[in-house]
Amino acid sequence: MTDNALIIDNVRKDRGKTTVLHDVSLRVAPGERVALLGHNGAGKSTLIKTILGLTPLTAGQIRVGDAKPGSAVARRTTAYLPEAVSFHPALTGREQLRLFARLDGQKADVAGLLDRVGLGDAMDRRIGAYSKGMRQRLGLAQVLLGNPKVALLDEPTSGLDPISRQDLYAIIDELAANGTAVLIASHALTEVEARTDRIAILRKGVKVADDTLANLSAQAGLPTRLRIRATGEHADQIAEATGGTRMNGASVEILCPPDRKMEKLRHVAAMGDVVADIEMTPPRLEDLYRHYAKEGLQ
Amino acid sequence: MTRFLSIAATEMIILRRNRWLMMATIIMLLFALALTFAGSAPTGSVGVDMLTVSVTSMTTLSVYLAPLLALMISFDAIAGEAERGSLSLLLSYPAGRGEILLGKFAAHLAALAFAMTIGFGAAGAIAAWFGGAGAESLMALARLIGTSILLGAVFLALGYLVSALSRSATAAAGLSAGLWLVFVVLYDLGLLGAVVMDGSGDFTRSIFPWLMVANPADAFRVWNIAASDGVAMASGMVGAAQTLPAWAAPLSLVLWPVLAFTLARAAFRRVEP
Repeated sequence: MTDNALIIDNVRKDRGKTTVLHDVSLRVAPGERVALLGHNGAGKSTLIKTILGLTPLTAGQIRVGDAKPGSAVARRTTAYLPEAVSFHPALTGREQLRLFARLDGQKADVAGLLDRVGLGDAMDRRIGAYSKGMRQRLGLAQVLLGNPKVALLDEPTSGLDPISRQDLYAIIDELAANGTAVLIASHALTEVEARTDRIAILRKGVKVADDTLANLSAQAGLPTRLRIRATGEHADQIAEATGGTRMNGASVEILCPPDRKMEKLRHVAAMGDVVADIEMTPPRLEDLYRHYAKEGLQ
Repeated sequence: MTRFLSIAATEMIILRRNRWLMMATIIMLLFALALTFAGSAPTGSVGVDMLTVSVTSMTTLSVYLAPLLALMISFDAIAGEAERGSLSLLLSYPAGRGEILLGKFAAHLAALAFAMTIGFGAAGAIAAWFGGAGAESLMALARLIGTSILLGAVFLALGYLVSALSRSATAAAGLSAGLWLVFVVLYDLGLLGAVVMDGSGDFTRSIFPWLMVANPADAFRVWNIAASDGVAMASGMVGAAQTLPAWAAPLSLVLWPVLAFTLARAAFRRVEP
């Protein structure tokens, strides 16, 4: 027995002659939120479909709890939000969710769930009249049906306005707090940065990174960016002294590796009043992502 | 069981709401009424009641209309869901693929049965009211409705098959139109051509009738004509139907829905959304 809700072991998937997933392994514990990042075509959606049992594996193994993907137990305990989901336009939100609740085989408070995702007023209108964001919310409502053990969300925020995104992540947090293992495939790096516990990056079907954001930054050793604004005409002098580059009239930019950051800062502080201001930008997920996702390409 | 019922109930809501049910019923009703009134002239000369003549005309109508209406509902069943992206979601729920397909089939067949019964039933009632009806012609009407539903079932299932094999709903629609053309028009033309070439040789006498009932649309026609002397007389099509054993056409029309559904089920199993 393991305490992981989702176990993916050495999964390989071939499509014709191309290999879409190479030996991917990933574990998600109950209550953990893991972001799955990667370019279009990196294999994120394929990986999710193999977890759902919709696509057979070429090699490797996946366990959802203790069940095989696609088995009745796995399907009952897994919730899924497809990318850019759409429903039959002739049904109302309530009818659609009621169908899902019945397919799930349990009594659910359909109206309550719709209220919760902000569709309380629209639940008896036809889905054909819904906006993209409303359809996405309806999709999210069906994720919440029946306390899933594993939730797989494929690009959940695509097409949502900023407020809706906030709501969505609040709901994801709640899911995780109730013990659901959440796997989010996404492009929206800045959101994922703040809202997930761990980050896995796929590149051309290969998992190139899988750790917390802090550890990934440390491993990548990406430089911190220091931007120093000089008083008066001292920019040249500062650039020379620190080995940085002049950006414009009064600024100098220095890139320094994590372990030399304090040393540089002390150096700059000791320069006295020629320095008007220092701005420090640590590497962000975007830089990390670029680092890991492009690593092998050069 | 509840899953199958919820799929069927949801499909029923869709058919009601997008007015398919209403349109199909109106189409059936209008055509059936038009044929009943237009076809009432020759009653006296062949000596059958007006309902019999009406059933004969409606049999000819149903050969074209039942497959068409059935394909119109079913072509979208899988390809449409796949295109909307809701198929993968539906398949991530515990309902099995067979259950899903059977649920849709039940709802679609019920809608088709409703349209057929109202359309043919109303036309039949009017014909009986104005021109009289006997036990035999009422039987013929009931047989027409029943066999039309069976014929519809065949093409519903064939529509699912096409829908499972297509990449998009548009492709499925195109394939469905092709399917209709082959089964309802081209097959008969081909057989006709073969008979003309053969004259009254072995082919015409022994192979042709079997080839004819192998097609569900023709089996439908043969069943309705062979089973009622009145209809046969009114339609003037007696020859081919009488060389076959009586069970041939009914067997074909009963086997076809099972065969087509099994094929559709097999094709759906292989769909990777």
